[in-house]
Amino acid sequence: MTTTDIVTVGNRPRLERRPLRKIFARPEIGALVAALAVMLFFSVYTSNFMTLSGAGVWLESASTFGIMAVAVALLMIGGEFDLSAGVMTGFTALIVGVLTSHYGLNIWVAVLISLVAALAVGALNGFLVMRTGLPSFIVTLGTFFVLAGIDLAVTKLITGQVAIQGMTRVPFYDSVQPLFGSSIQIGGGTFYVSVLWWFAATILATWVLLRTRAGNWIFAVGGQLNSSRQVGVPVLKTKVGLFMTTAGAAWLVGMISLFRTSTVQANTGVGQEFIYIICAVVGGCLLTGGYGSAIGAALGALIYGMVFQGITFAQWDTNWLRTFLGAMLLLAVFLNHFVRTRAGGAR
Amino acid sequence: MSATNKTTGTARSTTPIVEVREIGKSYGPVNALSGVSTTVNTGEVTCVLGDNGAGKSTFIKILAGVHTPSEGELLLDGEPVRFSSPRAALDAGIATVYQDLAVVPLMPVWRNFFLGSELTRGVGPLRRLDVKEMKRITYTELDNMGIDLRDVDQPIGTLSGGERQCVAIARAVYFGARVLILDEPTAALGVKQSGVVLKYIARSRDRGLGVVFITHNPHHAYPVGDRFLLLNRGSSLGNFEKKEITLGQLTSLMAGGAELDSLAHELEREMGRESSLVQQFEAEAERLPGVVGEAGSRVRE
Repeated sequence: MTTTDIVTVGNRPRLERRPLRKIFARPEIGALVAALAVMLFFSVYTSNFMTLSGAGVWLESASTFGIMAVAVALLMIGGEFDLSAGVMTGFTALIVGVLTSHYGLNIWVAVLISLVAALAVGALNGFLVMRTGLPSFIVTLGTFFVLAGIDLAVTKLITGQVAIQGMTRVPFYDSVQPLFGSSIQIGGGTFYVSVLWWFAATILATWVLLRTRAGNWIFAVGGQLNSSRQVGVPVLKTKVGLFMTTAGAAWLVGMISLFRTSTVQANTGVGQEFIYIICAVVGGCLLTGGYGSAIGAALGALIYGMVFQGITFAQWDTNWLRTFLGAMLLLAVFLNHFVRTRAGGAR
Repeated sequence: MSATNKTTGTARSTTPIVEVREIGKSYGPVNALSGVSTTVNTGEVTCVLGDNGAGKSTFIKILAGVHTPSEGELLLDGEPVRFSSPRAALDAGIATVYQDLAVVPLMPVWRNFFLGSELTRGVGPLRRLDVKEMKRITYTELDNMGIDLRDVDQPIGTLSGGERQCVAIARAVYFGARVLILDEPTAALGVKQSGVVLKYIARSRDRGLGVVFITHNPHHAYPVGDRFLLLNRGSSLGNFEKKEITLGQLTSLMAGGAELDSLAHELEREMGRESSLVQQFEAEAERLPGVVGEAGSRVRE
């Protein structure tokens, strides 16, 4: 027989090693460059941006957005959105406010109850998305509006107002306050403890993403759900865990805003869910999931904080902030798309 | 004995790892598969050939534990078994590499290799991925299969289709597969890439695995196969050892199309599955040169 031997085939072409390219293929590189540019610009353009007091202001501004952006980034890498994340920050703070100031519950207990409530809503989001197979965008849009309505209606029903004030009169307020709302003075600048929470959240999220099994699963369920299932990744556990993480982060941010200002408005957090997503995308997360970085999201929030306060320092009209954010988002999406098609391969 | 059986004769004398006897599956009134028999031996490649809709997918789904057969027997090491789930089949050492390969394109090769079965170090909250070890094993395992990836950190999506296939095969082999089911691994590949995959099929066979190679291309099946199961419209056209059939005969059986199809059923009913059937086919195919195709007649001599 004269069968042609098609088994022997030459070696495949070797891939060249390009370390520079490797660095540029990292998801957070765009955000890093942008953050440095923004920092440089405002340092030169305004006189008090690059002072300790200035830094205290924009770091504080970035911190709460940073905590949420990091959590939302994990969720987006896992292939999901959470539009209820913003309103959840107000929801948890209102629970504590109402339970303590109107029902006289111990503040520590109230703080724990609000955490449990947040995690429950997160789990509900997760199960609804996973069980129905509906896009999380729609499901969490639903919970967003449900919670927003509850925040306003229930607060008004119980307190007769749309805000809770006078939290400082609640017993043991001072025992919880340092944990979430304290600050220290360094050379004329006020630095809040929320900045430490932000750093801690970023480090923890990065470690989980890159060095634990859970992190591997997060990338996998967001990158290719069916493949993950086939190789035995616990898909449901991973996704529900992500929604609960986001809710937990929202609780943390809720506590931070409550104990920093000792008041909470019934509409706190509404509309901020998109800023979290913008920060995550600017930080290199793909909207389609499976790719991104927690450090990138933290840098995205840093950019937000710097621009937000930088515009004030520069005495511009603060309404330009949104325009800037929108442009930044578009730029980031273009960059991400480019990176993905280059580094992400054929499929 | 098959001429290409590279293991010592012992593989043949022992019980097959997997044997299917007159197996069938119906979905309600629809008969997707019926009366199919073949064996899978250690260090051998059993090729399952057939056109679209021939029942190849149903056949592998039975082997892989996705479906339970509605008739016939499935024997593992000579013992009748019933797989309740793909996990059960996997635990029995039957690993399936599906067409989509179960890889996550944007993740690095090593993370894909260990996905779902990650190695860790440390305990409690300090339990972390053993990145170094996983990278090392990935590199070594791929190297053993003859795949030289200098950087296991690159996203698996940057590899060629053939290479991705090979990573999926290497992964199944590393995680203890005794039987490897490959679902059309060469279907979406070019000639060169197909060659690469065939090389790894041969390599897995030489490492002592039983390989089930599903394909619709006899030119891919013949060089590596030891046994050929031909399916058509849910039933068996025959289960041949390599010495019983030439590439030409295989091709003409495959290329039979609709005309030879009906003939096959008639012949089968009349004469059983004797080798004379094949002779009949050849004679029939000779009269239909357009159907046989150029390659088939060239090889037939």
